[in-house]
Amino acid sequence: MTLLHVENLRVTFPTRQGPAEVVRGVSFTLGRERLGIVGESGSGKSQTGRAILGLTPPPGRATADRLEFDGIDLRAATPRQWRGLRGIRMSMVMQDPKFSLNPVMTIGRQLMEAARRTASRAEARDRAMAMLEAVQIRDPARVFGAYPHELSGGMGQRAMIAMMLIAEPDLLIADEPTSALDVTVQIEVLRILDRLVQDRGMGLVFISHDLRLVGSFCDRVLVMYAGRVVEELKAAELAQARHPYTQGLLNCLPRIEGGRRPLPVLTREEGWAL
Amino acid sequence: MALIDVSDLHVRFGEVHAVRGVSFRVAEGESYGIVGESGSGKSTVLRAICGLAPISEGRVTVAGEELGRRRSAGFHRRLQMVFQDPYASLHPRHTIDRVLSEPLAIHGFDDREARILRALDEVGLGRGFRFRYPHQLSGGQRQRVAIARALILEPRVMLLDEPTSALDASIQAEVLNLLDRLRAERGLTYILVSHDLAVVAHMCERLLVMQHGQAVEELTRADLRARAARETYTRDLLAASEGYRPAESIR
Repeated sequence: MTLLHVENLRVTFPTRQGPAEVVRGVSFTLGRERLGIVGESGSGKSQTGRAILGLTPPPGRATADRLEFDGIDLRAATPRQWRGLRGIRMSMVMQDPKFSLNPVMTIGRQLMEAARRTASRAEARDRAMAMLEAVQIRDPARVFGAYPHELSGGMGQRAMIAMMLIAEPDLLIADEPTSALDVTVQIEVLRILDRLVQDRGMGLVFISHDLRLVGSFCDRVLVMYAGRVVEELKAAELAQARHPYTQGLLNCLPRIEGGRRPLPVLTREEGWAL
Repeated sequence: MALIDVSDLHVRFGEVHAVRGVSFRVAEGESYGIVGESGSGKSTVLRAICGLAPISEGRVTVAGEELGRRRSAGFHRRLQMVFQDPYASLHPRHTIDRVLSEPLAIHGFDDREARILRALDEVGLGRGFRFRYPHQLSGGQRQRVAIARALILEPRVMLLDEPTSALDASIQAEVLNLLDRLRAERGLTYILVSHDLAVVAHMCERLLVMQHGQAVEELTRADLRARAARETYTRDLLAASEGYRPAESIR
């Protein structure tokens, strides 16, 4: 079943040199699966994720031939419709918990604020506590009463994920959700996301620069370069990537097994950006 | 004899005991890695060696000279550091020329013009970059400037604190290759701090795993490749660096 249709998505920012198109005709569909979007900085992967939620920062503009979430045309959505979707049926987790949590509100209040949109006050409290447990926070009562600065990065990110998932969204866009975390914590956070996809049938768009991680975690991968999708492939077949950019990205990573010295570097061809 | 000898190093910042008794030795020309997660004290060890963090207990000797509170200009010339964030480590209102001439002026080098040009060539930037400002450079180019700034004093030891973790994978490969080549050409000694086991395995002959301010274990590159870790924590790190595996396959 298809949850999200994106056809010919374009995001443009006005600059002094004229309009700069940072996403240039991206098309894909998403079912109840884990879709990875990988690319280097400036490839347009984050702007793609933001445009889906209608969060392209002004003066940027997003246009598409089709942008449809569960039968709703997002291009024509009214502010009222958006309020009914964002944070309830579709959510986003950002990279750094330090900047995306409210520093002067306890975690519990922030969670309840998110839960209150779909639940009564008493129910919101129970759901908040249950959600903190669901994201593997060992002492949910302490975290509930804590301020963001009292938590470690890993805890903060789990609290963020709890907040985004409290309304049980159908679609989650995760923009580098684990890049600020230590590797051992990273795996735990991925496990939480994985379970939500498996158990609740959530659709997940996982945006990352880490090809190795995306390859091992997602079902399908879109590789972006200069605002375009240059290759789409099954994560399991990443090693058989055909596009020279994907191959280059894979090859330039150092390996514990070692071998190549100097590391192969990526030589960019102008044709890729056309 | 070891060029750098750290024995039972402790670093305290007030109440916080950041490094709790770490010892290791690095031979001349060797590349030594320190791996750990955030808060493990790995960067603090590096900062204590170059004098940016206090040595609360223990001894650090570099080339036979025990490091105290005050260090000679000669010491700082021989031992240079490259920091993690190339966006924060260059003065935003100084041109590259000024960034590179400052250390030369401080240490009284002659022939500055030629040295600046040579340093730019060596890090693969070219002379066209000399009068640019940091904001006109990409992250990888800035990190090359930071390496040039360290290199221009002809040091023997380079302390590298996560030199590539702010860079894209393709740029990381270029910077690692540059560091590798410079070490071979100049016989430099490196201490490289990273959270990425693969980077350390590629760059270093030996490495120290740290956790909570303490040394967990010391491994050689061959141990790492053979996955011959004795401690559970190192094995967890190794497993995590392979990428994601569903929970079932672990149990």
